[in-house]
Amino acid sequence: MSTALNNNRLTNCFKRLNASGKKALMPYITAGDSNPAITVPLMHRMVESGADIIELGIPFSDPMADGPTVQLACERALVHGTSLRDTMDMMTEFRKTDNITPVVLMGYLNPVETMGYEEFTQAASKAGVDGLLTVDLPPEEATDIVPILKAHNIDPIFLLSPTTTDERIKKISDAGSGFLYYVSLKGVTGSSALNVEEVAERVATIKSISNMTVAVGFGIKDAQSAAAVSKVSDGSIVGSAIVKIIENNIDDADTIMDQIGALLVSMRTAMDKA
Amino acid sequence: MSRVENDKNLVGIDLSTVDWSSFPDEKGHFGIYGGRFAAETLMDAIEELGEAYESLKNDAQFQKDYDDDLRHYVGRPSPLYHAKRWSKELGGAQIYLKREDLNHTGAHKINNTIGQALLAKHMGKPRIIAETGAGQHGVATATIAARLGLECVVYMGEVDVARQAPNVYRMKLLGAEVVPVSSGSKTLKDALNEAMRDWVTNVDNTFYCIGTVAGPHPYPMMVRDFQTIIGREAKEQCLEQTGRLPDALIACVGGGSNAIGLFHEFLPDLDVEMYGVEPAGLGLDTDKHAAPLSMAKPGVLHGNRMYLMSDEDGQVIEPHSISAGLDYPGVGPEHCFLKDTGRANYVAIKDDEAMEAFHALTRIEGIIPALESSHALAYAMKLAPTMSSDKNIIVNLSGRGDKDINTVAALEGIKL
Repeated sequence: MSTALNNNRLTNCFKRLNASGKKALMPYITAGDSNPAITVPLMHRMVESGADIIELGIPFSDPMADGPTVQLACERALVHGTSLRDTMDMMTEFRKTDNITPVVLMGYLNPVETMGYEEFTQAASKAGVDGLLTVDLPPEEATDIVPILKAHNIDPIFLLSPTTTDERIKKISDAGSGFLYYVSLKGVTGSSALNVEEVAERVATIKSISNMTVAVGFGIKDAQSAAAVSKVSDGSIVGSAIVKIIENNIDDADTIMDQIGALLVSMRTAMDKA
Repeated sequence: MSRVENDKNLVGIDLSTVDWSSFPDEKGHFGIYGGRFAAETLMDAIEELGEAYESLKNDAQFQKDYDDDLRHYVGRPSPLYHAKRWSKELGGAQIYLKREDLNHTGAHKINNTIGQALLAKHMGKPRIIAETGAGQHGVATATIAARLGLECVVYMGEVDVARQAPNVYRMKLLGAEVVPVSSGSKTLKDALNEAMRDWVTNVDNTFYCIGTVAGPHPYPMMVRDFQTIIGREAKEQCLEQTGRLPDALIACVGGGSNAIGLFHEFLPDLDVEMYGVEPAGLGLDTDKHAAPLSMAKPGVLHGNRMYLMSDEDGQVIEPHSISAGLDYPGVGPEHCFLKDTGRANYVAIKDDEAMEAFHALTRIEGIIPALESSHALAYAMKLAPTMSSDKNIIVNLSGRGDKDINTVAALEGIKL
């Protein structure tokens, strides 16, 4: 594997997908949910089942923007004391056998700020992290961390919402790199209804303002919604539907692996057909 | 190195050069504190709120409506009462109590909810939500929602629902829906999380009425502005009664709204010492307290940077205080700024010291104080005897203690 290829896994991943006419399938799990031992094997299983990019959640005590499903995932992970440093260790372990699949850490600012921006970035870079999405850090407050992340080849990923103005889309696009994460619904994670037409319209608006890749999350729960969303964007992010499988099978690692694997395979198949 | 570690420009600043009215800046920063650390799904609503407040705060009609309500509905001005008997007993400085406990609904909280509810009405939001700890902010929100005909939902931690049962019933009588929150520590911080989730989901028709000087900008500034009536009145009353400014101000600090309300008007008067009193719970040397300014470092939660009790992994620590209204792991950004600049002093009072002050004021002055305010009173019991009898202290008696009698009785093994 050449260093050039590894230089930015996110960029390379979207290039590969573009070349083959495919869209990105991006599952989310919380590190340490339902226990720390399952996380790395589950990441590999998700890749085998068709995931292109993994979103790895950093457990946090107060996940304000998340609904009950991800809140409970954080609580399960924190029962085992899964910390930001543990999450980095899991990344290091994952990279031992997968140096291609991009991984984006997703969470809230306080654990990162507590570790210190520089120390976090160095540790994340060493562990093979490709991007950081801190839900409660809009670009206005990110002017200190963004240059540090970019200097270490870690992409700062920002959210866009249905209510983000054109002016902000521009600002957010200028600050971020890697991809833009469009939150397709109002509300917290795990909310239900999804309006694909509305998503298509918004993604088109975003693309008229920004050259960046646009992935869409919130409300994608099955093969059909994953395919519909990927048809009108560059990728489908699936979170609560996966975390729910863990919640329903807390002590049964085999079932968790099999059901999440099967869900992703069905999504992959539907997306590639679409 | 993160920004927090390298930006110490306010520590050691010459206080006489500070223009206190210039904080926060337009992005809501008090030095490194404050700001707008919110999910993108909320940014549009927060900006809309900021613009609405900016356009209304100097509007003559809005100010008149607000002032009229404070006067005729709340009963302001609240008295500044010279507690002569207690002062004499303590044998030092003269203690004056700013009687926010005499406001309608029994605490300072209503000064803010009236302002925000008028704003909600003006913005055309028919639904108002709030978080509450002791229940005073919840009651104050439900009260004004009833009067203005707004739908009202109040989030309250399960622990607080249990220890503040009278206020829960009060809110229900006023027509509010009280939603018990069972996540995390089941107290004020979790109620705030849940209220933010509601806001994110119902942002089109909902106004989030935050009860303290924290949250994303403009909340810390806006809530402060609505509470500064306390200090403006106190200054005028003190000049009238004593012919000069007070020597010291004391107020309890949870999120910090009553303290900022008292302090703000006096910030340029550098001879007036200020003491914010945090709850030391079972003691600052234990893990059962809620005193971030005394014990913690800066962190980010609930939309702003502030002193925040969190562990070495950045997980928020569940706080403890006997008083539900002070049971919060963070503190408003302006207090963090006042601490770093040295303009205000922050001290801590333990549960049992607050209880002692609760009984003292009740027995000696015939005033039953809230457990929150009892922390400020307990510090006055320490400070007054160190000062001569010609010195004056204003203590913010931020709320009345009727809501706490169940807690106090239970602690003393009495069944009501």
